[in-house]
Amino acid sequence: MAQLPFFPHTQEDVARMLERVGLSSLQELYSDVPQEFLYRGEYDLPSALSESEVKASLEALAARNRKLTVFVGQGAYDHYTPSVIPALCARSEFLTAYTPYQCEISQGTLRYIFEFQSMICALTGLDVANASVYDGATAAAEAARMCVASTRKRNRILASEGLLPCVRKVLEAYARYGGYELLVSDHPLDALDASVAGVILPSIDRSGAIVDLEGAADAVHAAGALLVLYCDPSALAVLRSPADWGADIAIGDAQPLGMPLSYGGPYAGFMACREALMRKLPGRIVGQARDAQGHRCFVLTLQAREQHIRREKATSNICSNESLMALWATIYLSLMGPEGMKELNAACYRSSHYLRERLLSTGLFEAAEPGDFIKEFVLRPRTDASRLHKYLLDKGFFAALPTAEGGVSFCVTERRTKEEIDALVSAVEQYAKEEGR
Amino acid sequence: MSIVKEGLLYSESHEWVRMDGDVAIIGVSDFAQSEMGDITYVDMPDEGDAVEQGEDFGALESVKASSELYAPVSGTVIACNTELEDAPELINKDPYAAWIIKVQVSDKAQLAALMSAAAYAQKVGA
Repeated sequence: MAQLPFFPHTQEDVARMLERVGLSSLQELYSDVPQEFLYRGEYDLPSALSESEVKASLEALAARNRKLTVFVGQGAYDHYTPSVIPALCARSEFLTAYTPYQCEISQGTLRYIFEFQSMICALTGLDVANASVYDGATAAAEAARMCVASTRKRNRILASEGLLPCVRKVLEAYARYGGYELLVSDHPLDALDASVAGVILPSIDRSGAIVDLEGAADAVHAAGALLVLYCDPSALAVLRSPADWGADIAIGDAQPLGMPLSYGGPYAGFMACREALMRKLPGRIVGQARDAQGHRCFVLTLQAREQHIRREKATSNICSNESLMALWATIYLSLMGPEGMKELNAACYRSSHYLRERLLSTGLFEAAEPGDFIKEFVLRPRTDASRLHKYLLDKGFFAALPTAEGGVSFCVTERRTKEEIDALVSAVEQYAKEEGR
Repeated sequence: MSIVKEGLLYSESHEWVRMDGDVAIIGVSDFAQSEMGDITYVDMPDEGDAVEQGEDFGALESVKASSELYAPVSGTVIACNTELEDAPELINKDPYAAWIIKVQVSDKAQLAALMSAAAYAQKVGA
């Protein structure tokens, strides 16, 4: 074996270790692996490149990216990222810090996690939030497990068809590997019975429509189950809060809080619940305390829930969090403030409604969903949905994403200017003309 | 030195049992509470739940540890000490008064597996 600078063992080290365990070669270590699974060919790797060559080849690759104007949401929203956020998050104290195992020495990290939790509580109206989890879909699956752990002898989870497909897929994957039985339907409340531990509903469905949740909590609670709401945290600044709707748990993805789209991540999932359920809330929770001198300080709290203490009893094996992105969301919310969040939602509302009216006036679409929306909506095209989508891609727009029901989905955030919206409408009109309408 | 109260039966896992007819009143010993330190939370079953001798029925959390509670006898839970929900420290103050659950015992012969106060005192060196 060639000696490479990043391998910590010298050939002498390896020889001594092999001698100690009575083997003649490294290959012998793997003699338990069946022969048919061993790769026998040559590795087809290119030869080494210099730094400038690597850079040039990556730049050439990057140059093939096309900059599209984004008019699609579906769980990932093109909101503006204030420059302060990447500047602060890139500080080495935040960027390079690993999960605080010696937690109380990392007061800065615990402090921002505490602020993140407090802001999630403010948005959801609920009592307790955790330090974040991997993403919104993971948060949904963890909430499903919380429901099962918090209700006795019940293991069925009802979920709405209106949840985003990515959320539903992760719920299905968790269900397959134990913990709960999942039933997804259009009207999950109709399937309530004594086997149901929890019901997961979106507060904004995947078409973008704001869901009327009147009576949902009463029905769920009357059946002895828990209500989980999947929310867009950005929209929570103007919508009725999950706590007001009577939800026991609120979850969602923090991506709309100024996180770049970045091909799907990193994002962060958030979870909040009523105090009565906090011992089943997975992951880390940071609490505020006083140190020996009486100063305000921060600690990891309720650790007995966590899997490293009572592994076989823990409801989850999550013991870390998506910390840097939680910090991202925290800085975003502190920059925006409650008023800024309201203005942002108002801007999204105005622009998305303007686009919808303009699109309907082209004659190429019919209105689909009733119900009001903030930034995302679906129309029914009087044309082939994927042909329209591809046409717009060629014109530089990521828009009119075909949905499972044959509709096309649009989204308009505060970043889209009137010029961009009008340009999209012109492209749609051009398409209609070329189709001979 | 921990206190071992006379007239009770004790399990290897440090629960005590006081029999009242066919009902077993169950708590944890003074030794157990002193080992745990300040108890902050008691995880209790629901009334009507079945418990089985040697199986866990709940847990204690303290500032320094978390520990399962094991049923010294099999039966059905007929009462939980809801006072402990808001005041778990009662177990530290008087472990023999702060009972945790009451169980309708299904087989009194199981009591033979438990220790007398004298045998338990020897075990914990009281």
